[in-house]
Amino acid sequence: MTLLAKNLTNGERELIAFRIGDQEFCVNVMSVREIRGWAPATPMPHAPQYVLGVINLRGAVLPIIDLSARLGMKPAEPTVRHVIIVTQVRNRVVGLLVEAVSDILTIKDEDIQPTPDMTSEFERTFARGILAIEGRMICLIELEAVFPHIESEAA
Amino acid sequence: MKKKVLTVDDSRTIRNMLLVTLNNAGFETIQAEDGIEGLEVLEDANPDVIVTDINMPRLDGFGFIEGVRKNEKFRAIPILVLTTESDAEKKNRARQAGATGWIVKPFDPTKLIDAIERVTA
Amino acid sequence: MDMNEIKEIFFQECEEQLAELESGLLRLNDGDRDPETVNAVFRAVHSIKGGAGAFGLDDLVSFAHVFETTLDCVRSNKLEPNQDVLKVMLKSADVLADLTNVARDGGSVDQARSAQLIRELEALAKGEAPPAAAPVAAAPKAAPVAAAPAPVVSDDGFVPVAFSFDDFGDDDVSADLPAYDVVFKPKSELYTKGNEATLLLRDLSRLGEMSIHCNMDSLPPLDQMDPEAAYFSWKVSIKTDKGEDAVRSVFEFAEWDCDLEVAALESGDVAEATGDDLPMQPVPFDLSALDDELDAPLGVVEEEEQIAAVQEAVAAAEAASNVVQMAASASRGAASDKGAAAAAAQNNAQQASAAAPTIRVDLDRVDRLINLVGELVINQAMLSQSVIENDSNGVSSINMGLEELQQLTREIQDSVMAIRAQPVKPVFQRMARTVREIADITGKSVRLVTEGENTEVDKTVIDKLAEPLTHMIRNAVDHGLEMPEKRIAAGKNAEGTVKLTAKHRSGRIVIELSDDGAGINREKVRQKAIDNDLIAADANLSDEEIDNLIFHAGFSTADKVSDLSGRGVGMDVVKRSIQALGGRINISSKPGHGSVFTMSLPLTLAVLDGMVVTVAGQTLVVPLTAIVETLQPDAAAIHSFGATQRLISIRNSFCPLVDVGRILNFRATQANPVEGVALLVESEGGGQRALMVDAIQGQRQVVIKSLEANYTHVPGIAAATILGDGRVALILDVDAVVSASRGQSLHTETSLAAAG
Repeated sequence: MTLLAKNLTNGERELIAFRIGDQEFCVNVMSVREIRGWAPATPMPHAPQYVLGVINLRGAVLPIIDLSARLGMKPAEPTVRHVIIVTQVRNRVVGLLVEAVSDILTIKDEDIQPTPDMTSEFERTFARGILAIEGRMICLIELEAVFPHIESEAA
Repeated sequence: MKKKVLTVDDSRTIRNMLLVTLNNAGFETIQAEDGIEGLEVLEDANPDVIVTDINMPRLDGFGFIEGVRKNEKFRAIPILVLTTESDAEKKNRARQAGATGWIVKPFDPTKLIDAIERVTA
Repeated sequence: MDMNEIKEIFFQECEEQLAELESGLLRLNDGDRDPETVNAVFRAVHSIKGGAGAFGLDDLVSFAHVFETTLDCVRSNKLEPNQDVLKVMLKSADVLADLTNVARDGGSVDQARSAQLIRELEALAKGEAPPAAAPVAAAPKAAPVAAAPAPVVSDDGFVPVAFSFDDFGDDDVSADLPAYDVVFKPKSELYTKGNEATLLLRDLSRLGEMSIHCNMDSLPPLDQMDPEAAYFSWKVSIKTDKGEDAVRSVFEFAEWDCDLEVAALESGDVAEATGDDLPMQPVPFDLSALDDELDAPLGVVEEEEQIAAVQEAVAAAEAASNVVQMAASASRGAASDKGAAAAAAQNNAQQASAAAPTIRVDLDRVDRLINLVGELVINQAMLSQSVIENDSNGVSSINMGLEELQQLTREIQDSVMAIRAQPVKPVFQRMARTVREIADITGKSVRLVTEGENTEVDKTVIDKLAEPLTHMIRNAVDHGLEMPEKRIAAGKNAEGTVKLTAKHRSGRIVIELSDDGAGINREKVRQKAIDNDLIAADANLSDEEIDNLIFHAGFSTADKVSDLSGRGVGMDVVKRSIQALGGRINISSKPGHGSVFTMSLPLTLAVLDGMVVTVAGQTLVVPLTAIVETLQPDAAAIHSFGATQRLISIRNSFCPLVDVGRILNFRATQANPVEGVALLVESEGGGQRALMVDAIQGQRQVVIKSLEANYTHVPGIAAATILGDGRVALILDVDAVVSASRGQSLHTETSLAAAG
């Protein structure tokens, strides 16, 4: 909740919304470096199930996360229509596999509603708020929580 | 117009200190790493005042000052020498070579600017 | 840029100066008496002191100051830099390095050691130098020296522009303030040194209210006038509460080049001594009295007041400036004797300037460039591959163009790698200190000889070289060399020699460390190996095999664990860290004559020679340095051993099979060895294992990419690379995989270095 409070102090901002299954999620556009098509990843030994492997992003080795699996939903079956959202948190760059980018939203901070008081793991770990846009519900994702192992590496 | 200072010092540390101090005081600063480079850039730099170290490789401060004084255009330019308190002998050698004045180390921004203002109009 | 950044620059510079200092001292130790060597050593300490002073690093300043003073004695030939003197100086250089580190990183230095060295340095400076030569004594001698060139300079000066302070009236001065009479008569030297009477008077006027009179009595008629001589003098009355010192300090820069009298008027004519330590008070402050006789006429001070017509003076000055050019040509001749010295300096300088010019570049920029060129190489390979796949004819202009592109890309890669290449010199220099320290502790007399210290290798390798090398040097001095009396008994020089050399050989750097000690005691090594169950009691080993036993884990020939070879680290760890760098190490030893350790290392850790293999449909790269041989197993050679283990028989010995695909969890069941290829690898402790892979694709050089940058360390994987098809391939950590095959967890810390 501290992060929400901090973000709310800024006025307007832009979010990128994307689809996984029948749900919509979004992340701050400032964290997104690029969006690219799906390419087969090299699997990593002993990686968690949600880590699909690594790809070559202009010479950097980029881990790809199946966001669906990461959020505790059904693991994705990547096709050429899937996209990778290349995001950056601090110095780390990670690709998130999603089904499609659906929208770019400009919202005000007051448009973000706190997540309902639920106690599930998912809510507490990944969700930072909910947006109601034209009758759709879009969940604002906390990127840092999605990144693998970032806690231990942060120092 | 900004006054131009040519600094000659082989120490990167001191060069950076001179640069920061002089720029903050509103001078334009040109830097050389030793006496040879100082003489090389002298014409193009066309400074209003020179600040030089004594102990330098290739050509030391004495040689540099003599070189400057031999140049028709710069034989009356104010030249300040960076020196240490104990260097009375060096101070004199620098004066013989044609130094205008000196700044006693350790490096102190106020002393530097004061000294420059004393020798420039 | 702020002060913190400058401080960081200062510490970087200190490192360079310390290296310069040490190498200079070592040259002096070898009998080099080039004055420039002494100068460079002096300059290094002087520079450190200067910067440290600016940052208020008092400990560093005071030690550097004592050191500098002693070095100055050497510089002025008052102290002969013999071996004893240099021993003290080399230790002082070590302490200076310690003090620098403490100033940067905190911590503390050995106070007793630095205090002892300060005493030794001071004794050297005092003991050898005559009292008159002590730096403090230099000041009084200075005056006559300064005055010496007066005769030549007198026609070399500038005519002052007359200066009027008409605004300052006599009548309205505040009565209470102390008043001073100042008589100021510049000599022509004042102008040749870039001082201006007008500026001095301006500064004086800032102290208080003053009245000023210009005396132009000595101005000759225009036709007799020397345009560069000084003809004017000024008499100033000033009222200021700043004191006589302040008045005098205005003329600080000019005091040698003018006649100056400052007299306090407060208590009659008697000028009081105001704390100024000049012994001449209260007589006129006239240093020109020490001058050559020729200067005397100019030295006469005109006391008589005269109101000068300002216009007249200006006119004179203008006229004077018109003839400056004439005088200038004369002054050139006069300056010729000074020119001789300057010419010598120029000469020196030209020699020095023959060194190639360099620039300083941020390492990040170089790393980025190296990365980009790595990309270029990969991209070029991808392009070639797809052209070959799409062009069945094989011969086309595109192919030729691609070949040229490949050639160019390789050249660019080599050139770019060369940017980050650095001489091994700094590492070798650090070893000199290690040798000194261990020699001191063990009571052995050791001489370190280095060769090829300008041999270059990538910075990534240099950074990792110091540790194994330090350990080997310690080992060589501690275990290799005998005590002096033993050496003498053996007919050797009491002083042992350790030699460190570097050279390039077939695309690698070869570092050799040799000592002229006793060599390996094979009987002792053999017995130890038998005791430790490393070999069978009746094993038939060649001399070479026995020598190499010292690289086995846990092996140590020292009867008791010495604190030097310390931290419980054996030569096995050295071997492992060399292997981790993609290197190899060997020893050869001659009893009674010493041992030679030879290390061969890749020139960079940015690229690696690898064997590209397939495992369970995945492409992996195995570092070539780890592979001893490859073989196609026969069904008959495979033997099951226990529940899951399998062994392969190779020339009558059995070697455990390691199923890479299983260990990396790439497949659920064991692969059939007969359908694959075995890579015989040597891993830690020297044991051999056969790594089972499905197929070998080929050998190639790969650019090493970090996995940790965006992900995390992966057990069993050393790093990643990008292959010609643009896909990421993983580089196998052979040691970790072999350990895992022994049942140890793959999650333990692995050692194969991943650069990049």
